[in-house]
Amino acid sequence: MSNSSEAKPALYSQTLLAGLWRENPTMRLLLGMCPTLAVTAAVKPALTMGCCVIFVLVCSNIIVSLMRNLLKPHLRILMFTLTIAAFVTIADLLLKAYQPDMSETLGPYVPLIIVNCIIICRAEACASKNGLVISIIDAVGMGVGFTVTLCVLASIRELLATGAIFEIQMLPLVKDGGWFVKWAAMGMPVGAFITLGLMLGLVNIVTGKKA
Amino acid sequence: MNKIKHFFRQSWLLIVASFLFGLLIAVTNAGLSPRIEQNKINKRNRLVGGLLPEAKNFVALDAPVEIESARGRKENVEVYKAMSEAGQCVGWSFNASGSGFADKIELVVAVDAAFEKIAGFDVLSSNETPGFGDQIKYDYYRSQYKGAPASELKLVSIGDPKEIDSKIVAITGATVSSEAVVEIVSRFVTQVKEQMQKKGIIGNVKQQ
Repeated sequence: MSNSSEAKPALYSQTLLAGLWRENPTMRLLLGMCPTLAVTAAVKPALTMGCCVIFVLVCSNIIVSLMRNLLKPHLRILMFTLTIAAFVTIADLLLKAYQPDMSETLGPYVPLIIVNCIIICRAEACASKNGLVISIIDAVGMGVGFTVTLCVLASIRELLATGAIFEIQMLPLVKDGGWFVKWAAMGMPVGAFITLGLMLGLVNIVTGKKA
Repeated sequence: MNKIKHFFRQSWLLIVASFLFGLLIAVTNAGLSPRIEQNKINKRNRLVGGLLPEAKNFVALDAPVEIESARGRKENVEVYKAMSEAGQCVGWSFNASGSGFADKIELVVAVDAAFEKIAGFDVLSSNETPGFGDQIKYDYYRSQYKGAPASELKLVSIGDPKEIDSKIVAITGATVSSEAVVEIVSRFVTQVKEQMQKKGIIGNVKQQ
């Protein structure tokens, strides 16, 4: 890490963009597959999950970065998990208080953020080695990258499964005199696997990586 | 002594952090729990309010009713008395659950004040197949329970769904889900009724 003042803005934007595309946690690093497959049947739960992950990721990166010099190497994973678990519990309580419907839809997947590899990976790879500012930027970049990917995946699935995006009807349904027949399979786990597979293939083509 | 020193030197951060995080969670929980409780009450009132329109207030029975699950296990059911604005009992409601096609189905069931007719049910949570099993949430299936006798129900594949009796017409392509709901509602309604009659809570409703 360079300490010169000119290099800093460049480093910041690089860190931010890494999470959005170059090192996108879902599409490029294939981390956090469990929520990616489980909560993307509709955009609303996907967005809620994304926001929870951003919250936990930013908070845990801040704490880990602040205590990085105090960490004992053999106890660091324990400390990361403790930090993450505390913030996930808080996120879960906040969701139950202010978004009870979403909290029920997401069910066990909110507590399961504790074992989301993205968060522990960022704590280990970034926050435990870098200063506060870089850690926060990295958390925001990675979190937003994850949320955007989840929302894209969820939009495709929700559109094909119900003809709506964000519960707003986009395609005219047959029962209302339109042409669109609901494709129920897209709302089920099989739809998640197929859509994710096709999206990963597309990203690989775009980046010119041979499968 | 050295060993203890070594232990604390290694783990002081973990111990301190555990206490601090614990405190943080406790404070958040204390701040939010009234709101979370209120959300739960609001949800039940909204759902049961749709089934028992006159109900304005819900009072839990002093002791939960004990019933036997499909596997013979004992289950406690919290029964709520629905009160009208004038303070009269207009019905009873309780949560009922059992296994569905894909996952557990959780329902809220309402019955009339005399426990003779089912006022209806609503789905609290289910994970039935979209397009098939999840039709248990739809009005045309649920309306068959509205006014059905509060006793053993029976699932039939052919019949008139509009006819209100103990026969419930199954959803085409979702026999397992239809059957699961019939089983859950019958089991809970009959057993809760029996237990409440034993306790003398119903049968003398008017005096209460």
